[in-house]
Amino acid sequence: MAAARGLTKLYRIGLHAIRQNTTLKATTFLQQRAFRLNGALRQQPFDSSAEKPQFPGASAEFIDHLEFIQPNVISGIPVYRVMDRQGQIINPSEDPKLPKEMVLNFYQKMTLLNTMDRILYESQRQGRISFYMTNYGEEGTHIGSAAALEPTDLVFGQYREAGVLMYRGFPLDLFMAQCYANADDLGKGRQMPVHYGSKDLNFVTISSPLATQIPQAAGAAYAVKRENLNRVVICYFGEGAASEGDAHAGFNFSATLECPLIFFCRNNGYAISTPTNEQYRGDGIAARGPGYGLMSIRVDGNDVFAVYNATKEARRRAVAENQPFLIEAMTYRIGHHSTSDDSSAYRSVDEVNYWDKQDHPISRLRHYMTRAWRKQSRKLVMEAFEKAEKRLKPNPELLFTDVYNEMIPPIAKQRDAMWRHVQQYKEHYPLDLYEK
Amino acid sequence: RMTMSRALMHFNAASRATNPPLTFTGTEIEEQVFIADTHCMNVSAGPTQKMNLFQSVTSALDNTLAGDPTAVIFGEDVAFGGVFRCTVGLRDKYGKDRVFNTPLCEQGIVGFGIGAAAAGATAIAEIQFADYIYPAFDQIVNEAAKYRYRSGNMFDCGKLTIRAPWGCVGHGSIYHSQCPEAFFTHCPGIKIVVPRGPVQAKGLLLSCIADQNPCIFFEPKILYRAAVEQVPTEAYQIPLSQAEVLQEGSDLTLVAWGTQVHVLKEVAAMAQEKLGVSCELIDLRTILPWDTETVCKSVVKTGRLLISHEAPVTGGFAAEISSTVQEECFLNLEAPISRVCGYDTPFPHIFEPFYIPDKWKCFEAVKRMINY
Repeated sequence: MAAARGLTKLYRIGLHAIRQNTTLKATTFLQQRAFRLNGALRQQPFDSSAEKPQFPGASAEFIDHLEFIQPNVISGIPVYRVMDRQGQIINPSEDPKLPKEMVLNFYQKMTLLNTMDRILYESQRQGRISFYMTNYGEEGTHIGSAAALEPTDLVFGQYREAGVLMYRGFPLDLFMAQCYANADDLGKGRQMPVHYGSKDLNFVTISSPLATQIPQAAGAAYAVKRENLNRVVICYFGEGAASEGDAHAGFNFSATLECPLIFFCRNNGYAISTPTNEQYRGDGIAARGPGYGLMSIRVDGNDVFAVYNATKEARRRAVAENQPFLIEAMTYRIGHHSTSDDSSAYRSVDEVNYWDKQDHPISRLRHYMTRAWRKQSRKLVMEAFEKAEKRLKPNPELLFTDVYNEMIPPIAKQRDAMWRHVQQYKEHYPLDLYEK
Repeated sequence: RMTMSRALMHFNAASRATNPPLTFTGTEIEEQVFIADTHCMNVSAGPTQKMNLFQSVTSALDNTLAGDPTAVIFGEDVAFGGVFRCTVGLRDKYGKDRVFNTPLCEQGIVGFGIGAAAAGATAIAEIQFADYIYPAFDQIVNEAAKYRYRSGNMFDCGKLTIRAPWGCVGHGSIYHSQCPEAFFTHCPGIKIVVPRGPVQAKGLLLSCIADQNPCIFFEPKILYRAAVEQVPTEAYQIPLSQAEVLQEGSDLTLVAWGTQVHVLKEVAAMAQEKLGVSCELIDLRTILPWDTETVCKSVVKTGRLLISHEAPVTGGFAAEISSTVQEECFLNLEAPISRVCGYDTPFPHIFEPFYIPDKWKCFEAVKRMINY
């Protein structure tokens, strides 16, 4: 029956991708929304003589036989890529044809991140810093997306996006300062390592609770829209965080309130030890987008050009059309969740090696170009590392400031009590490690 | 941002005549839920208008939207005016991009508000009932309260204000009567404010909006219509973290906030008339950070303290006040500190008259303290 076919056709995702005509390249976004009239779905005046549903909540056709929509996970939303695993461009019209210096910068930033990760992970193992999270395998998602944004675009992250900050120019010294919580830390030593932030680079400080940044990004995008200054907001999160209620809230708000926002989901296969088949049963995160009215795409996160193209186009349209975009970047978390995790407890070494050797974003880009940078990046990182290690911690006064915009009497009282106590028992407190 | 004018405003006999205390008829019990102030207040000069509490809130929001182009108001059902009419007329006046509905999702409302504030907008979020604020607890406690601290002051959401109707209303039962302030007082980084009437509400709300820290403003819903005063039409601020002594006395200090202030006004009158006891009545106004100095100064003078709130007694904010006062004023105390609060049960429906800390329970506590 035509009506039934129409319905299943809508949801047989693979068959229904609509090609958008863009200026330079054609990328595939799945279009769920039937029409937009200033964003509001205009209801026809009620007319019960017509054999069309009149419900305010949906404007579909009637169907006269019972059929459940089958969620499609076998042939779900396709994965957009530009390069194959050997670094060959597949469809020349999708090649972003970036200048050589830019591609070289991609490679340098990805390998610098990789090198910094190796050294800081080791430093945690040696007891020098308390905690660390690596980005192994996901460097392509960071660099590709960061390169497609403007420096003024506001970034909300989860915790595995250090490459975005690195691409924007956050210096090694400040990465280290945050991890060491020394007196140079912009965050004033208040958070665990990898909780970076930078006002100058428009990267909102990370917090540990998952997905809390998602509705915040929607609010920020709304404010940015009202400013009318060609800025977009991008919000990163993992496929695990996407299960949180805050993710649902953020998606729904961004669509209903028409926010210029890019949701960037790093689907790396694991949330600590929980594999994706225990995280969700639908077709990943991209398939949820149409449910909220979001333009959605799935990309190969290990293909830096695919990530770049998708983010670039999403940015252009988010600003021009004031609507949110959902990019699900498929990738693999090669490292452990953090230094508190040993992933051999829940996955095989063979599985990890496959991704490390056969489908790594840095290798794929390297096959696309040529080498020499590794040694120099290690030297740079070690220099910053040694400097950070020697630096004193911030003054313990800073334990008590910034709770409110101004110091308030009860907190001042507690601060004074702390200092009196520490004066009296000073041999039990490591004052020498802290600035005076 | 708007400028504030602060000059003396005198309540005179004429004004009192236009603001007779209204009675609110509950089930079979006639209770005065609002008693207008009788003393001078330093708020603002300029023209005033008779407003009830929800109208005074509308007035504050109107002033805000007029003076601050970044200000936006959002929440469930605020577009048509809100379930308590606090936002009536504002969407028509200022536009649908500034006064808008959100989907039904409190964690989203507060999260969205935090992000908007962090990006530079004055964000005024409405939670439809304080009873429904809990889905937003994580965003408030883990995010809003800690935004400035955790980022080393690089980022903050000080431009966020959350408003919510609060407190018993005669028939609200479990989920339309709650006073959740105690859950949030345990959270450094936010401010919590509760007004007792329209003049206070407008000035305190404007202070919350101007304050550079995220604020929660609880509005006693039973007073939305029952409390009527002459309220200045222009913007003015009442300082936060300053308790107000409404009535001076020498024998006993009474502390409350919101609706309960009016209950204690009656109790003070009863104590004077029936016991010859002179009570000093304090409206705490800001619950966090609270004005320890004013309360302690009073207890040093009187030697007796009674704190009263609708919220359940265990872990309620009276416990914090009591603990601090006994630390600071131990030797001045003539009697144990008394807390007259709700029972440790959910807020009941049909049993509300038995549950609430009414004037008789408070009066009885006064008697016990005087005779200790």
